[in-house]
Amino acid sequence: MDYSLIFAALFQLAQLLLVVLAAPLLTGWVNQCQAWLQNRSGAGVLQPYRVLRKLFHKDAVIAHNASWLFRVTPYIVFGCMWLAAAIIPIIAVDLPFSQAADVIALVGVFALARMFIALAAMDIGTSFGSLGARREMLVSFLAEPALLMVLFTASMISHSTQLPRIVEALAHHQFVLYPSLAFAALAFVIVLLAENARIPVDNPSTHLELTMIHEAMILEYSARHLALIEWASSLKLFAYMSIGIALFLPQGIAEMGHWAGLPLAIVILLLKLMLAGAGLAVLETVTAKMRIFRAPEFLGTAFLLAVLGLLIHFLLGA
Amino acid sequence: MPIKHPNLKLSRMTDAIPAWAGEIAPDDLHEICRQVRDGGGRLVALWGSDARPRGFMLHVVLVNETGMVCLNVLLSADQPAYPDISQIFPAASRMQRAAYDLLGLRAQDAPDQRKWLRHAAWASDSFPLRKDFDAAANRTQEADAYPFVQVEGQGVHEIPVGPVHAGIIEPGHFRFSVIGERVLRLEERLGYTHKGIEKRFESMSLQQGAKLAGRVSGDSTVAYAWAYAMAAESIAGVTPPSRALWLRALLLERERVANHLGDLGYLGNDVALAFGFAQFWMLKEQVLRNNATLFGHRYLMDKIVPGGVTVSLDAGGKRVIEEECAMLEREVGILRGIYEEHAGVQDRFIGTGRVEPKLAAQLGLCGMAGRASAQAWDARVQFATAPYDKLDVRMATYRNGDVAARVIVRFDELFESLRLQREILTNLIHEEDAPALLEKLPANGFGIGMVEGWRGEVMVAIHTDAEGKLGRVHPHDPSWQNWPLLEHAIIDNIVPDFPLINKSFNLSYSGQDL
Repeated sequence: MDYSLIFAALFQLAQLLLVVLAAPLLTGWVNQCQAWLQNRSGAGVLQPYRVLRKLFHKDAVIAHNASWLFRVTPYIVFGCMWLAAAIIPIIAVDLPFSQAADVIALVGVFALARMFIALAAMDIGTSFGSLGARREMLVSFLAEPALLMVLFTASMISHSTQLPRIVEALAHHQFVLYPSLAFAALAFVIVLLAENARIPVDNPSTHLELTMIHEAMILEYSARHLALIEWASSLKLFAYMSIGIALFLPQGIAEMGHWAGLPLAIVILLLKLMLAGAGLAVLETVTAKMRIFRAPEFLGTAFLLAVLGLLIHFLLGA
Repeated sequence: MPIKHPNLKLSRMTDAIPAWAGEIAPDDLHEICRQVRDGGGRLVALWGSDARPRGFMLHVVLVNETGMVCLNVLLSADQPAYPDISQIFPAASRMQRAAYDLLGLRAQDAPDQRKWLRHAAWASDSFPLRKDFDAAANRTQEADAYPFVQVEGQGVHEIPVGPVHAGIIEPGHFRFSVIGERVLRLEERLGYTHKGIEKRFESMSLQQGAKLAGRVSGDSTVAYAWAYAMAAESIAGVTPPSRALWLRALLLERERVANHLGDLGYLGNDVALAFGFAQFWMLKEQVLRNNATLFGHRYLMDKIVPGGVTVSLDAGGKRVIEEECAMLEREVGILRGIYEEHAGVQDRFIGTGRVEPKLAAQLGLCGMAGRASAQAWDARVQFATAPYDKLDVRMATYRNGDVAARVIVRFDELFESLRLQREILTNLIHEEDAPALLEKLPANGFGIGMVEGWRGEVMVAIHTDAEGKLGRVHPHDPSWQNWPLLEHAIIDNIVPDFPLINKSFNLSYSGQDL
């Protein structure tokens, strides 16, 4: 009897649970690092869990004119982000769902979630909802092409748009430095900041409603709906960091069939995530938020860098 | 203040500041106001009082470099009306509207006759500051309809913000008319924190009044308490002991330091530089804690009372303040360097929310924000009352009028306040105060006190009644003058820059809502 399929299914299940449970921890870690960098003691890495528990215990308040769209959006967004985070090969490359982890499909999953959250923001008809949705669309329509270019650069090297094949190609062949990927990595960091509503494009911790992008869209959400959206934001950050790790730092991931390497792979992944989180915290601490109309320039830079990476790949073949 | 008008007889008020008062008829108001404006003067405050059976009184305080004059305009008891002066002093408009809401004094031909402070708290035909007003009988269920100015055109839409905000701040409503992100017009609506402070003052004792004055706007409690005490002392004709005056100045400068530190932190926070926010607020917290240990209150409430102060400072306390000043000078110096060299921060600050000096002069921008728009006016310099006459305050001015300028003025004033605190400490002699606190005021007196608070000039006027109790007390916050300028500062800026511009002014809601 072939046990490997059962094992694979078990590990896929494990990754599903791991990402959904660990994602708030990553957010908590980033916040805690920021607190340390600002000479504050901070609320601790477990704070996002406390917030989620608090929100799930509250009664939801929903606008009278909210339609079904407003109610289902948190579930759709949460589902999309969970799916995205779960199919990215982060601990092993050969999991059953990995086949679905096509980079173009991933971008599509993010776009689906964004479309629903923007529609839900406009659904209740407050000025802040539409304001946030408008700004979100401005940022994301500039970030998306840059992200695609980054992913294309990586798939050029591995001749596949499937994340497991890309990771496989980059991680398990002999170690090569790809100059094209260096440019792509820079572009990816910019896209990560913009897509996850981080400084300098957006400020996730602001209370100033007029400056908000992502927060303005979810101002009307409360209780379990808000909890799901917050959780989805954590998952999204987790997914983006996983993509970044898979593309640019895949070393240490467990090889196909080498299940014994898994515990080590998990430890290595945690270390990489901690490092990435701390790096994000440093970036956010030293930068100020830019004027919203600087965002196109900023994301234009990301696109330019990604294109440069692609060109370098063609010119140098690396 | 030399005003030449055949129908105006000025008498010098016994004031620490050069102030005169005179009674005029409504018909002469225009002429005199115009004369003062043409001479470079401006409007400080406008309020009314109920002097029936003689009639109603309108009080207009004007100021120029040489002094302050209070015009008392006698209005008839049954048709209290006076000529509109908002065309001469635009800042008068909201004060006139408030004077109508509270007393029913009508500014004839004023272009804006909408309610200002009333909202729907009392009926439109009753006036709370009239002596015959019955608060209990005047509960109204009237709906609060307020006609905002509409901006029309293709693609113009409105963003209503507040009075409930996403953060915990004071309530105010802001109506933006925008195209995309660009602001065409902003209209403010305030008055949500109207508490009836002026009504509450009526027939309070002098000491109760001091407590209330210190709570008009919590962040300026020292300035209000001092202005109140100054007004009372001017009615009683007493001068507090010099040690008390030195201590008052020390407290006022500490209030300025604490508020500027807080604002500089907030300005960092508004451009998402949470680092600056945390650092400045740690420093502010240190100042507040020292306040608590040295004077018994973090924000220094109730430390200044008519006749003197209720605090003292020993050699140990002096040392604490000296160490604190040295620490602040060092730390704020470093933080200033970080702010000024941070490209992202400067990109947000420079050119944002600009108020040109010309506009500032026309509309009467005052205080700290005024000095950032080249309105070189500081009551500590112009009317250097004791002990500032011995201190030689260096005024901080800048003419760019943008957020960056208001930040620089704050930094400069902060360092100057640290210098002043040290100088005050060297002048603070060790001697026990004779307890000479004022107990009671003479009957039918009138006095004005003015103090340069951290936000600008805070004025308190006291009228005593026939028994020497507080008849009418009018506290005036510089925010009255500066709120309308905020509407101009935001024009042609983008919506997400509003919180930053707003914070760079940091005006008081409570102080103007009363």
